[in-house]
Order: sequence, then structure tokens, then C-alpha cells
Amino acid sequence: MDEALRTSPRATPWRLWLSGGWLTLFFGVALLAPWIAPHDPLYQDLFLQRLPPFWIDGAETGHPLGTDSLGRDVASRLMHGASVAATVALIAGLATCLLGSVLGLLAGFYRGWVDQVISRIVDIWMSFPPVLFAILLVAVIGTGLTSVIVAIIVIDWTRFTRVVRAETMAQARMDYTEAAHVAGMSRFATLMREILPNVAPVILSVLTLQMGIAIVVEAILSFVNLSVSTDDPTWGGMIAEGRVSIHQAWWVLIFPMIALFLTVLSFTQFGDALRNRFDPVLR
Amino acid sequence: MSALVDIRDLVVSYPDMARKPLLGAAPRNTVLHGITLAVGRGQIIGIVGESGSGKSTLGRAILRLIEPDQGQIVFDGTDITHLDDRALRALRPRFQMIFQDPMSSLNPRQTLHRLIATPLAIRGDTQAMDKAANALDRVGLPSRFLARYPHELSGGQRQRVGIARAIVQSPDFIVADEIASGLDVSSQAVVLTLLQDIVRETGTTLAFISHDLSVVRRLCDSVVVMAGGKIVEAARTTTLFNTPQSGYTRKLLEAIPLPEPDQVW
Ligand SMILES: Nc1ncnc2c1ncn2[C@@H]1O[C@H](COP(=O)(O)OP(=O)(O)OP(=O)(O)O)[C@@H](O)[C@H]1O
Ligand SMILES: [Mg+2]
Repeated sequence: MDEALRTSPRATPWRLWLSGGWLTLFFGVALLAPWIAPHDPLYQDLFLQRLPPFWIDGAETGHPLGTDSLGRDVASRLMHGASVAATVALIAGLATCLLGSVLGLLAGFYRGWVDQVISRIVDIWMSFPPVLFAILLVAVIGTGLTSVIVAIIVIDWTRFTRVVRAETMAQARMDYTEAAHVAGMSRFATLMREILPNVAPVILSVLTLQMGIAIVVEAILSFVNLSVSTDDPTWGGMIAEGRVSIHQAWWVLIFPMIALFLTVLSFTQFGDALRNRFDPVLR
Repeated sequence: MSALVDIRDLVVSYPDMARKPLLGAAPRNTVLHGITLAVGRGQIIGIVGESGSGKSTLGRAILRLIEPDQGQIVFDGTDITHLDDRALRALRPRFQMIFQDPMSSLNPRQTLHRLIATPLAIRGDTQAMDKAANALDRVGLPSRFLARYPHELSGGQRQRVGIARAIVQSPDFIVADEIASGLDVSSQAVVLTLLQDIVRETGTTLAFISHDLSVVRRLCDSVVVMAGGKIVEAARTTTLFNTPQSGYTRKLLEAIPLPEPDQVW
């Protein structure tokens, strides 16, 4: 098992509640953004440019987190940006997990030529610098949310394959695999019913890590203008715009960065905390 | 009556990965050099020998967990040496194994109930759960343990679960490989007495692999002494201990301080 994926032994319930609470808020806002956002995120009001957040003099009550240099409401843009981030985290995270884990399980369990083929492809894949690869890929297949998701899947499946393969091999060496054989279980059933549940905690850890990474990758691509169209609000796009006016309106940059940081952190913390809470072996 | 397990001229080898050339197959090290052995029904046969002599390899080859290079394994009149996977799976409930390390041989993420019922459930036995509960009872563990996970048990209790999992299928033949070596002396006594009782009561044939000669002397009807992948001597237990024939056996007996033969465990 990768050392980084090992969970800390002391399970702290507040970790589960804090990270779970933030993620609930994140997904809730992402889902309900069109209804709960106070303003149209694209509406520009040139009379209300660079309004500060509510606790600073000069704030307007209708814009709790202020406005950007085009007079668009930061809170509303943040909420709509959460929708994009949540979509990427869920779809790219799960699809990457599925593809990478299946290959890792097959390679680690069946070994032989299956493993040879999969492992060589992983080696070759990993020799590309990932962000450059992503930028190149999106440049080729075109921008847009679908492209971003495809790019993340194509680049990141190896993360799962490597870890899952190693863990599957370790589990397959345990005597319980042979005991399943003695009990008359078929090879495939042994993989699915005996080994997979023991690899699952590791998959969960990497999955939550991957969801965070997917959000960061989307933000990076938005930052360099290769994600969804510039009209649609994204956290990465907001950070890019905020960078330009950092001296006049720092809040345009700071709020999406805080949201990004808390969400990515919550994903990994939630994965670990979930394991600590529900894994019978760690509990 | 014919023997339950009849092994003829069994040769087993392992690939030597350290000497594997870049391309092509690894050369093989032969670790069993022509083993011939018959185990009578209801017998407890001890397999002893120093570490690396091939005891575990023999036990696993008998159960077709390793493919032999040569020779024949006949189980209850059926030659199982070349049976395919499917035919072998149908026979599996009849020959079982208890492993040395229950921490590794019991799936850590399954409850005892599921662990013991699995071999039955695979074959669609609708009473698998009830039978599992009975088996747990038979090995002397309370039924409230059914919901526990292996790491919540002591070493001795864990090994009793290993026994329960083997006997739940009412096998004709069990291979027990060093099942007490990881336990302290008092748990050893409990586990071995339990296994002996069950095996005698059900008439199950047992191959008991051990390097503890004093245990073998009390438990087994006959003993096979192995060295370097060959059988050096095979005899009834009393004969072997009183009048060992080979020099190797004599050395083995001298090296181990034996307690009084009639001492209970
Ligand atoms: N999977 C394997 N691959 C290669 N060689 C092996 C393998 N398993 C066992 N061997 C070798 O086969 C020989 C016999 O091993 P085996 O495990 O049968 O001995 P044993 O009598 O059970 O020893 P012990 O009392 O230590 O358990 C040893 O020399 C060992 O190194
Ligand atoms: Mg051994």
C-alpha cells in the first residue's frame, strides 16, 4: 500500500463531520445554484464595479461577497462555479476510478501477459508530464466541459491502476485467496468477492484524492482558458480574472481560492475519515 | 479396504525466478522427488521433517493447489491428478485444508458467519448460515461470535474458526499444516484436542503436518518422515518411536526431548 494512502490510526469523528459537512454544502450549492444564487452570474452592472464583501465599508447588501471588475456578483459566480467543479469531480473522478481500478485488479490478480501489457502501458503513460498532456489534449479535442473530463480520465487512470495493482497483488498473496480456492470458489469470484472488498478501502482513498485533483485540474485548465467557455463562471476562471485586479479587488481572487482549497481538502479528509469509521478492520 | 488417498511417485518442482533468463521459462527446482504414500480411511497420519523438507509442498500438492510434474494422486478411487478446474471444484468439499496462519487465511473483512458459511454458500446450500452456526458451536465458540471479525479474536479462537471452516463441509480428508505452531502452549493443547476429537468422532482422515514430534506422537496413528523432498521412513507411530529404522529418524528423535508418552498434552 502506498505510504501516503495509509490512514492515520486515530479516527477523529470531527474530521468526518467537518469534511462531510463542507462536501454536503458544496454539492448542495452545486445542485441548487440556479435557484439559490442571488444574481445572474453573468449579469454585468458597471455602476457596481468592485464592491467589497459585506464586512467592509462600502458594501451593498445585495452582494455579500462583493462584485468583480465587471460588476458581476462574486457569490453567485462562486455558486455556479461549484456546479462545474462538482460535475468534474463526480464524473471524472468516478470514471477514472472505474477504468483504472478494473485494469489494476486484472493486472494484479491474473499477472502474466495481462499484467505485462497493462503495466507497460502505465509506464509509457506516466512518462508524459500530466498538466502539459492535459493542455495538449484539450487543445486538440477542443475546449468545453466534456473535453476537460475526458482529459482527466485519459491522464489520471494510471494513478488508480498502479495503486490497485499493488494492493491486489498483496491481497492475492494472503492465504485467504488460497483458502477460497480450497472452498471451491472460482478465480473470478475470488477476485470479486474475497479480494475486491479488501482493496476497496484503498480505492476509496484514491477516489476522494482523485476528485480533489479533478477539481484542481479543471481550475488549472480554466486558468489558462482551456476549460468551459469564458462566459461560464468557474473557480479557475475567477482566479485568473481576480489575479488581474488583485490590488483593487482581492476578494475576487481569494474566495474561489478558499472554496477550492476547502473542497479539495475535504475530499481527502472525508475519504480517510470514512474508512476509519466504517472499515471493520480499522474501526 | 483401499486407501482414501493414494499418491504414487509424485514429483513437484518450483520455478527458480532468481535464475530466470531474460526471455523464456525459468529453470525449475525439484522439491519433491517421487513421493509414494497411501493414507488409510480414518487414519491420522503425521508428516514430519525439518524446515524445507517439502511437507507443505506435499500437503498442497495432494489438494491440487500445486500442479505436480509427474506422478498420480488418487482420491477415493478417483484419479484427480489431471482433473480440470470444474470437476475439481465439485470434489473440493471432500478434501479440505487448515492453514498455519489464520490471520492470513481468514478474510479480514468478513464476519465469522460469512467466513464459515462461504464454502457452503458457493454450492448454493440454503442452510449455509445455520450450518455455519452449528460448526462454530462445535469448535466451542459462542454464537455471539458469529458477527465478529477475525481480528477481534485471540489466536487460538481464530484457529478454531479455521477448523470450523474445514469441517462445515463434512470432508473426508483434511490437511492441517502446522496449525498450532503460532499458538502458545495452552491454546495449542485446546486446538489440537479439539481437532483430534472432531476427526475421531466423524471418522475423517487427517494429514497432520508438524515439526513437533511430541505432538505427532500423541496424535497420529502413523508417521512419515521427510528429508530433502523424499520419504525417509514411514511407519506406525509406536514402531517409529520405539524402533526407528533410518539413521535420520534416530537423529531427529534424539534431538527432541520427548516428554512421557502418556502425559496428556
Ligand atoms: N512458492 C515457492 N517457490 C519456490 N520455491 C518454493 C516455494 N514454496 C516452497 N519452495 C521451496 O520448496 C522447498 C520445500 O518447501 P516447503 O514449504 O514444502 O517446506 P516445509 O517442509 O513445509 O518447511 P517448513 O517446515 O519450514 O514449513 C523449500 O526448499 C522451499 O524453499
Ligand atoms: Mg511448511
